[in-house]
Formats: sequence, structure tokens, C-alpha cells
Amino acid sequence: MDSADGVQYAEITLIVNGTAHRPRVDTRASVLDVLRETLGLTGAKKGCDHGQCGACTVLLDGRRANACLALAVAHDGAEITTVEGLADGDELSPVQRAFLEEDAYQCGYCTPGQLCSATGMLAEVARGWPSAATAPVADKPVLDDAEIRERMSGNLCRCGAYANIVAAIREVGA
Amino acid sequence: MRPFAYERATDADAARAAHDGQAAYLGGGTNLVDLMRLGVATPARLIDVSRLPYDRIETGPDGALRIGAAVSNSDLAADPAVRDAFPVLAEAVLAGASGQIRNLATVGGNLLQRTRCPYFQDITKPCNKRVPGSGCPARDGEHTNHAIIGHTRSCVATHPSDMAVALTALDAVVHVHGRDPVPLARLYRLPGDDPARDTTLEPGDLITAVEVPPLRMPSRYRKVRERASFAFALVSAAVALEVADGVVRDCRIALGGVAHRPWRALRAEEVLRGGPATEEAFRRAALAEMEHAEPLRDNAYKVPMATNVICRVLTELGERA
Repeated sequence: MDSADGVQYAEITLIVNGTAHRPRVDTRASVLDVLRETLGLTGAKKGCDHGQCGACTVLLDGRRANACLALAVAHDGAEITTVEGLADGDELSPVQRAFLEEDAYQCGYCTPGQLCSATGMLAEVARGWPSAATAPVADKPVLDDAEIRERMSGNLCRCGAYANIVAAIREVGA
Repeated sequence: MRPFAYERATDADAARAAHDGQAAYLGGGTNLVDLMRLGVATPARLIDVSRLPYDRIETGPDGALRIGAAVSNSDLAADPAVRDAFPVLAEAVLAGASGQIRNLATVGGNLLQRTRCPYFQDITKPCNKRVPGSGCPARDGEHTNHAIIGHTRSCVATHPSDMAVALTALDAVVHVHGRDPVPLARLYRLPGDDPARDTTLEPGDLITAVEVPPLRMPSRYRKVRERASFAFALVSAAVALEVADGVVRDCRIALGGVAHRPWRALRAEEVLRGGPATEEAFRRAALAEMEHAEPLRDNAYKVPMATNVICRVLTELGERA
């Protein structure tokens, strides 16, 4: 930690899409700000900056999370996957391919968050995590449309591409 | 956002020692960081307690649960023991926020989240909870989703947590570092003339765990809101019911969205215990609780809504018996 003009700074390590970075960050900086402004990874989008829209969703230590609500300084050492890291070179991930095939977007602004959220969500289902749509809650979840809608409720799409987003996720989750 | 110093606590004693009364503990940050960005919370120092060793869920031989304060909401709701024996708790956690937020959010932070009253969150408006003595514009202003029970001239806000409603029904106890355990019924307060304080904790108190006594009856959580998912409750109910030979042997009812704290419906429970497990008796019990409600100008809809939710969940649980 050091400070200048009352602002506090810290040097942290973030492993982003497999590459280690060592930025010096203002303690107020979110993971989203560091990704976009310091590391030049502008895939994760700033929508509301309050955790309500999901456009900033990334995988943080393997779990989907709102990068706007995560203080970078508190995630020193974290492994982060952004939309830029979902594909394997030119080989798109299954979720990315399904979004293309099902035309699951219009303007594309929410899409990086939708892709990362869907990727994290499918891993949660594979681990047997329940959602509010799982009844009874002790049962193993089956990924039907009601489950997809409930589990993706943290990602808003102002274009209203929801129908095709559900279809794309259904295709991968089936 | 006001600049702040950051430090990661190595243990609870160090966290407590670093807290000067003006600092804030950081868990998942899903509410605190937002409030800091809004200028509502202005700590000079953040003490990160998210990596303290309170990240386990333990089940005792008698079926009691001990949930570490740093357990994420996701891990709590996914825990097999919680889902099997305390469905009301898993359902309440899953009824709150979004998948992304539940991955970040912690049990301790969930308990201490602040109200979502729009006046509290807007620093250009008066609010007795944020600036004591400045007034409560919600009482005569926008209050369709505010309290119908226990409010005062000072504050008509509601408590936002779903999990805390379930834990209130479950008679949970909060463990605080260096202090005697605090039952949830004594953790949360009504606003009185001091709405700045949500709880009876003192500045610097650190929640380390939540203990839930064994539950040996069916339970469930029902939440009514303005959209199907990712919204705060208009009214919610955490209910447990034990029926034998058509008679209510035991029951617990707690309500969310109606008061400054999770509201334990003790009057309804009293009416139910030992009486018939019929829909008519369930309605009588719900009405006995709600006849004490004092709705504001624009939120009287919550009285029949709460009555119906209590009655509905009791009926569903009763049909399973």
C-alpha cells in the first residue's frame, strides 16, 4: 500500500485469461475498471455499475461474478476469465457457438456478460446447485426453460433477445 | 467514492483491533461497495474479513447447523444438509439477488445489508437512517414497498434480506467475536427514534458464524415480488409447520418486506399451536397477526398480500403432512 494526495494505492496480481498482470491500483478500483482501463480488456462492459444488469460478468476464480462490485484490491491473486478468454484461439466455446447459431443477441452490449454468465451457470448446474426454480430444492436440477430464465435473471438485455438466449443455453445444456 | 485504506485481516483479533469505529468490514462487498459508490457509506478504512477461516458449514450430531460468516450465499444454498433439513433457508437464499451476486455475497454481509429505501440510497434527499434528524420523506412520499408494521415517524424502511427472514423463523443465533451470542430476535431492531442503527451490534462487532438449531418439521419460503426473479420482496414468508392427527403441533412464521426487521409472527403462531390444521384456522391465524398492521397511504395492499401468503404456505405445508 502507498498513498498520494490522500488516494491509496496497492500493487496486486491478477491472472487474466491465463496471463499474470501486476497492476498498481487505486483501492477504489473495481475489477471491471482494472480490466477495462488498466489492462485494455474492454470485453466486459460497464452497464449500470451497481450489480443490477450483469454486463460486467466475468468468471472470478471459476465462478461468475459482477466485476463492477468486486474491488480489485480485495481480489489480489485471483484468476479471472473474461469474454476474451472463453475461446480456445479461433475455436469458439460451445456457449459462444450456440449464441451465434441461435442469433442470441441484437446490439451485443450485454453479450459478453451473457456469455460469461451462461458459462458459469452451466458449471453450477453440472455441480448440482439448485435455483429458485428447483422444486423441491433438495432435488438435482434439470435444466429446463424455467431454470434457465431463473438462473440468468442477473443479466439484462435491453434489446429483448431473451427468447434466443434461452434457446442458445438450452442447446448447450441439453 | 471517498478514498480509503485497505487491509486484509489475518484473524478476528486483528480485524477487531484495526476497527476504529469509522472503518467497515468487507465481505463480498455486494452491498457495501455499491453504497460507497453512491456516497451513502464513506468508510476511511476497509478491513477485509472475507478470507478469515469462517468459510465452513458444519452439521452437529443433533442436526444443528453452524454456518461460517464468510460462507458464500451460493455455497449455503447448495449445501446438501441445508437443502435436506432446512429447505426454507436454501429457498430464501435462492430467492435473493442473482447467481452472480450470490457467488460474491457472504452470510455475514447478507445479515448486515442495508435497506433499499430509495431515499436512504440517494444522498441528495433527507433520511433519518443516513443523516439522523434530517427527516423521512418516505412517510409521505414514495412508500409503496415500505413497512406496514412497527414503523415510526422517523423511519418506514424495511429490512431487505430474505435469508434473515428464514433464520428468524429458525430461531438462529449469531456468533459475534468476543461477545455473547445474539439470537436473531435480538439482533435486529425496530426503528424507534434511532433508525440509523439497524441492529443491536456496536461498531467493530464482527459476526463469525450463525448457528441454527435442529428443525424437525417441513418448511418453505415464499416470496412475492414485482417480477419473477432478481427483485426485493413486497412480502415474503418463511414457514415451518408440524401437523399430527390434523392438529398443529408446532409452527414458525417469519415475514419479510413488512417491517424494519424480519418480523416473527408470534401472534399467528400462538393461534395455530394446538389448533386444527385447516385452511380456515390458517386464515384466522394470519388475520390475527395482520390486524395489528398499520399500513401507510400507498401500501395497504401488503396487508391482504401477507395474509394470503401466510395462509397459502401453511396450506401447502399442511397438505404434505
